[in-house]
Amino acid sequence: MMLQHIAWIVLFAPLAAAALIALATRRDDRLSAQISIAASAVAFAGSLILFLAFDRFELAWSWLNVGPLKVDLGFKFDALSGLMLLVVTGVGTAIHVYSFGYMQGDRSFARFFASMSLFMFSMLGIVVSNNLAQMFVFWELVGVSSYLLIGFWYERPAAADASKKAFIANRVGDFGFLLGILMVWGLLGTVRFDELEARLRTDPGAMGAAATVAGLLLFCGAVGKSAQFPLHVWLPDAMEGPTPVSALIHAATMVAAGVFMLCRVFFLLNVPDSSALPVIAWIGGGTGLLAALIAVQQDDIKRILAYSTLSQLGMMVMAVGLGGPGPAMYHLVTHAFFKALLFLGAGSVIHAMHHEQDIWKMGRLSQRLPVTCKTFLIGALALCGVPPFSGFYSKDAILAQGFEHNTWLFLLAVFTAWLTTFYMSRLVIVAFFGGPKSSGAEEAHESPGIMTSPLIFLAVPSVVAGIAGIPGRLSTQFGAAAEGAHGPAGFAALFEPFSHSPLPAFLGLLVFMLGVAAACSFYWGAKEDPLPSKLGWFARAMKDRFYFDEIYSALVRLTQETIATAAAWFDRWILSGLMVRGAHGTTELVGRALRLAQTGNLQTYALLLAFGVAWMLFYALVAR
Amino acid sequence: MTTQDVFFYVFSLLTLVCGALVVLNPFSRNPVTSAMFLVLTIVSMAGLFVLLHAFFLAAVQILVYAGAVMVLFLFVIMLLDIKEEQRRRIKTFGLVAGGASVAAIVGIFAYSLFQSKLGPASPAPLVAGATRPLGELLFSRYLLPFEMLSILLLVAMVGVILLSKKDLK
Amino acid sequence: MMRAGLEHYLVVSFLLFSLGLLGVVARRNLLVVYMSLELMLNAANLALVAMSRFNGNLDGQVLVFFIITVAAAEVAVGLALIVALYRRRQSAHVEDLASLKL
Repeated sequence: MMLQHIAWIVLFAPLAAAALIALATRRDDRLSAQISIAASAVAFAGSLILFLAFDRFELAWSWLNVGPLKVDLGFKFDALSGLMLLVVTGVGTAIHVYSFGYMQGDRSFARFFASMSLFMFSMLGIVVSNNLAQMFVFWELVGVSSYLLIGFWYERPAAADASKKAFIANRVGDFGFLLGILMVWGLLGTVRFDELEARLRTDPGAMGAAATVAGLLLFCGAVGKSAQFPLHVWLPDAMEGPTPVSALIHAATMVAAGVFMLCRVFFLLNVPDSSALPVIAWIGGGTGLLAALIAVQQDDIKRILAYSTLSQLGMMVMAVGLGGPGPAMYHLVTHAFFKALLFLGAGSVIHAMHHEQDIWKMGRLSQRLPVTCKTFLIGALALCGVPPFSGFYSKDAILAQGFEHNTWLFLLAVFTAWLTTFYMSRLVIVAFFGGPKSSGAEEAHESPGIMTSPLIFLAVPSVVAGIAGIPGRLSTQFGAAAEGAHGPAGFAALFEPFSHSPLPAFLGLLVFMLGVAAACSFYWGAKEDPLPSKLGWFARAMKDRFYFDEIYSALVRLTQETIATAAAWFDRWILSGLMVRGAHGTTELVGRALRLAQTGNLQTYALLLAFGVAWMLFYALVAR
Repeated sequence: MTTQDVFFYVFSLLTLVCGALVVLNPFSRNPVTSAMFLVLTIVSMAGLFVLLHAFFLAAVQILVYAGAVMVLFLFVIMLLDIKEEQRRRIKTFGLVAGGASVAAIVGIFAYSLFQSKLGPASPAPLVAGATRPLGELLFSRYLLPFEMLSILLLVAMVGVILLSKKDLK
Repeated sequence: MMRAGLEHYLVVSFLLFSLGLLGVVARRNLLVVYMSLELMLNAANLALVAMSRFNGNLDGQVLVFFIITVAAAEVAVGLALIVALYRRRQSAHVEDLASLKL
């Protein structure tokens, strides 16, 4: 079937664009951007065709064939990757267009688009991988392009540091991921997903007692990429990159790769011998709560959104851990739309405010930036989970999953949802309503059309994704059991949560109202944050992100200094002292001894020569 | 005991005594004296060469050594205007060690000579010790070394001229 | 008295060589050391000529010819060196020429 081969165009168009820009059109900013946007659009169109035409298929080139290791360069298309393809290319295209306006006038305009295209290629590679090895290769590529984009303004020390931090934190996780891949390969003898799944279906105990370890090692990769506790520290710093990058990579797609991977290998985690899932669930839930708490006390608009992303990712990971990859993917998709929308809205605000990011210097932007404000509100409502916005349905799916499996985590998730509403309301009230808090807020102008049109484009799925039948499509992947009864699409889906599991749905609505009410009572008309005076040290700890960065740097410093001291000791006494000075000392001692023979007196030499001659003659004539 | 043998003993005695006087003259430390005795040694050595039928070499010995080389020696001695060597304190260690090394070599020579069974006392069938066969040999089989020697002499000449310039750099 | 054979010549040669060696090792005047060297060379010459005579070929004599030539060249260069040294040091005494020592 020829139509399938569109897949390769989808995968390689962005790479071709990146290569073309880097090699040929680097000097022409407009052309470079157009190439990049076109490649992204082509990939989106191709994905759409594939999504409509196929349910599942698989293409593969044999790439590595070394002994028992067989690795393909594959293209696995099914409900999971199809949906993800649409999200990545769709959101990606919108953000490409937006960047064309946002990055206007930047010195390295073409480099930005080349990096974006490279990122698109890497991300698509992860999505369509049909085996773990290929996924790991693209996983690392995503890390590299993320590094390039976070450090895009490399002349700023903060950006350079942030890119390094992101890369290193990701490396830590990737190391575990690699170990996990090797372990799975060692235990089951293949890295192809379909073969792995078939083996586990015939023999669920094939991995034996090592299943837990292997699962947790694979989860390490997701911890790094999806910024879960304890490697969550890099994501907020990654906001040093340009805002479109934050929207594309650090909100919508790349950080979702961890969750996507967990869904992809869910069958590896969900075996009878493995107890990895509860650990995953608790880590996810903990990260969600922690990040939400921190978000409450942040003042930087992008940082609030970054911690919100962390929190939502934690929810998704928790859903996977509770045995629900379907709800996790559902939330991933809706979240990608509305979080990208929020970030782009924030970018628009920042653009209008001339790169002011402190929400306490904004205010009454609803009048100055009407389009941005409306779309931002849609995104915020979706995030907070208000029907009929998409976020309500996906979040409800997660809450229902928790309600069915683990009461404590369910309560934790509800509390997190309340916090989410609270900090988002705080953000909206402080930034968009009330009186203007600085002169910049009074003079802000709406961004140009090339930036607002992607906002509108993204606002549409943010609203309707909840009733587009995504769960139904996903249920073909994970089976109805893991999915619950979230089947119908369209009008029927609108009120479905209330009939399916009414308690989580009503609780979700209740915490939304409570959150809005609390935020209004604190922040309506406030000139500064009243929380620190009420909560004291706890607010300060939230503001300072619970001191994770400080603890980590202290830990790193401690280990580094210990190792450095030991290395210095070794260098000074063993290498320099024993080896270098020892060799030098021996040489000098021998030299001093031998120097005694060098009298400089001609006749002494002659004498020695005579003795030498006598000795040789003795051997030649007498002692033969 | 033929006349030749008598001459052998006379010449060898002369050679050794004069050689000894070159090295250890109890009466004079003047290099000129040593040089003069060296001339005598060389001349008596030429006599030994004649006894061995090496007439050409005997001539060369006298011409080159007694003539050119010794003139050079004397010339340098006079050029340097070296006074009679002051008697320095003789280092016993040097003397003993030198004596020991010489004694060791002499002993080894004596031992090997004593051990070896040399041929008959009479000379081997006589080769014509004349100059002609020697010349033929030199210009046929030993032509290349001969030519190389000429180059060596040229190099030595250039070197000496350079070395004896006053402002040696 | 015995008839003079090869070994007689060799004994003379060895004795002369030893005298030369003694001179090289014991005398302090550079010129005399040089003369002693000549003695040693002559001793070798004598041995070579004697061998040539008693073995009935001329190769030894050719070698002696070469040695005499080389010795002449060596004396010329050596004496020039001594002259140069003397100009600089005002001495032809072996013990005064120990600047190679550290």
